[in-house]
Amino acid sequence: MQVQRAYAGRLKLLIAKTRAADALFAASFIVRMPVTTPSPASPAAAAPGVTAIFLLFLRIGLLSFGGGLTGWVFREVVVQRRWIAEDEFMSGMALGQMLPGTNITNLAVYVGQRLRGAAGSVAAFVGLLSGPFVAVLLLAGVYGALKQLPHAAEAMDGIAAAAIGLLLVVALRGVTRVSRRPAGAVAMVATFAGVGLLHIPFLLVVAVVGPLSVAAAWFGGPADAR
Amino acid sequence: MRDDVPLALLTVFVPFSLVSIGGGPSILAGIQHEAVDVHHWVTSREFVELFAISRAAPGPGSMLTTLIGWHVAGLTGAFVATLALFVPSSLLCYGVAAVWNRHRGKRWHSALERGLAPVGIGLILAGALSILRLSGGGALSYGLAFGSAALLLWRPRLNPLLLFVLGAGLAVAAHVWTA
Repeated sequence: MQVQRAYAGRLKLLIAKTRAADALFAASFIVRMPVTTPSPASPAAAAPGVTAIFLLFLRIGLLSFGGGLTGWVFREVVVQRRWIAEDEFMSGMALGQMLPGTNITNLAVYVGQRLRGAAGSVAAFVGLLSGPFVAVLLLAGVYGALKQLPHAAEAMDGIAAAAIGLLLVVALRGVTRVSRRPAGAVAMVATFAGVGLLHIPFLLVVAVVGPLSVAAAWFGGPADAR
Repeated sequence: MRDDVPLALLTVFVPFSLVSIGGGPSILAGIQHEAVDVHHWVTSREFVELFAISRAAPGPGSMLTTLIGWHVAGLTGAFVATLALFVPSSLLCYGVAAVWNRHRGKRWHSALERGLAPVGIGLILAGALSILRLSGGGALSYGLAFGSAALLLWRPRLNPLLLFVLGAGLAVAAHVWTA
């Protein structure tokens, strides 16, 4: 009973943290964890089949309103099904956030690859995206009909603005995090100003600021990490 | 010209797939520029609408590209745009995943991560600004955006759909009030 409660508390904390999509948290978790430490939640003996992977990610995709998907995947894959261990999950999460691509599709590809190689990745990828693909087209079709109603344009502006609020919260967490390093703050402001204010082509800004920022992090060394 | 649309979708979205560091929101400003200003696939008005729809639907917000493809070239366009945006980055991720575990904890690991994070955040902020600029709400949109952000900071578990209903309601109410 008590063990269960303690585990539940720890789980809640972990989900809250993963949901916050805190890449640095995940990274520090990985870096500090001794590689040899056995995972507390050891994976189950039998790896799941491709169909099971597909169905799980299909469900996650369909339930994923407004983000927070990482927490879902963690709950299902690590805690409930024990398909992969906790540290493997954290590693995959950091990887997905560092690479280009939507964090959640990258995480799905990583989990699928880990479980069933290429077939697993394809199953997770297709499962995750096929539900939303149909849903978003249906919603667009419904909106085409609703467009005739009065005030549809204003309502859509309101929804778009509220959705921007979701983005701002993600960005705000990041702003406080990267601003601990001066070079990080400079790179962030330069990127924002270049793309958002000066309308310099997006690729050019990333091609210039990206390498400079990585170089600053490299030569700054790990000492000023936090 | 319309025949070339699926190909154009590919050539626009494949590069975006490979530079979307920090996730989907980071390429929002770039996609808006390409889809509205360069290729005229959608108007500014339609872009804001499609953005709102993609956010109200389940799944990654990047399904916005699915809607742009659908808008300009039907179901084929939807498929092409979706695959163009999601497949290249996923292939890259697949390849890197194998290498990644062997180099855990090394210095380039953390330098890459710490160096790219601020770029991703700057891009998210630029994307937020570009949507707010396009939307017809003006100051009201800015108010609603910061209001919903504040609400989410105060109540992180709040269902986003509730926020959308609130935002839509307030925007319509403000319009009726001032009309």
